[in-house]
Amino acid sequence: MNQELITARGLTKSYGTKTAIDHIDLSVGHGRIIGLLGPNGSGKTTFIKLLCGLLHPTSGELKIDGHSPGVESKAIISYLPDRMYFADWMRTSDLAAFFADFYADFDRTKALEMFKSLGIGQNDRIKTMSKGTKEKAQLALIMSRKAQLYLLDEPIGGVDPAARDFILNTILTNYNENGTVLLSTHLISDIERVLDEVIFLQNGKVVRHDTVDNIREQEGKSVDQLFREIFTYGH
Amino acid sequence: MNWKLTEDRPIWIQLVEQLTMLIVSGIYESGSAVPAVRTLATEAGVNPNTMQRALAELENRKLVETRRTAGRIVTEDLSLILSIRKELAYQRTAEFFTSMHALGYTEEQTRELLAAWNKKEESV
Repeated sequence: MNQELITARGLTKSYGTKTAIDHIDLSVGHGRIIGLLGPNGSGKTTFIKLLCGLLHPTSGELKIDGHSPGVESKAIISYLPDRMYFADWMRTSDLAAFFADFYADFDRTKALEMFKSLGIGQNDRIKTMSKGTKEKAQLALIMSRKAQLYLLDEPIGGVDPAARDFILNTILTNYNENGTVLLSTHLISDIERVLDEVIFLQNGKVVRHDTVDNIREQEGKSVDQLFREIFTYGH
Repeated sequence: MNWKLTEDRPIWIQLVEQLTMLIVSGIYESGSAVPAVRTLATEAGVNPNTMQRALAELENRKLVETRRTAGRIVTEDLSLILSIRKELAYQRTAEFFTSMHALGYTEEQTRELLAAWNKKEESV
């Protein structure tokens, strides 16, 4: 096990003339829950996609547990994309079988237990589920892997407040103790208490990377308030 | 237990205060086991590392100790618990006098009020 789980040096990703990630230097350790925060278009999803190897850096270096994004890193990353990628004819039981086939670290019993506590039946088809239920079902699958790195892209965006609490609880109680959870969101006040650290992204750059308690100690205000100050529109 | 966390101060400090209250008020009895970090973290809805930090601080203050076999327990040192309770009582009393002062009561008047105070009388 490497000391740092993620290291990025001069990491850059451009789409044509638009630079989405701009020379990021960053390191992230094991066993942390980290919020990736920033307004729309700040590079959150691009950064997550670089980590899981769906995008390739334009320049710079990125290592996950010592490996460049690839087969080794994908085996230890559990990724929740910002949109559903399953065929909608699939049933819950199909999804569990699918994950069991793909990932050696998938705990099927755990997933089925989580479905049950969410009131999702094994024979329920994805197309009959509401948007929020789909998100919950997906998260249950993602968190049932014993991964080193959980990448959650907007896990609480589309669900009601009660489901949000359930999701945060699921993250808190189910992540592997040495594993790190990196989750992107702009709903900070809801999740601040569960985070160790936050990374603020703005125009593809890291403008702040610190622990929640340090920020509160130094600024005398919550991360949510600080976010609103840093990212005020019209400046 | 109802955990109340405010926005403006570090979370771990608030956890230390609330855990201390649980101990001095006897809800967590002297000598009894402290719940596991994960259990407490889930209950309070906070990060386990933050809860861990709060418990480490309580250990520093000797309010809890780690036993190799029994895990983490509330201190058996009753005099320590009582002295911290007294300290908290002093603080609250000082705050009370300050708030009475803000109402325009002198210390003398506040003491008179306290001496004559009877809970059953609802009106002033």
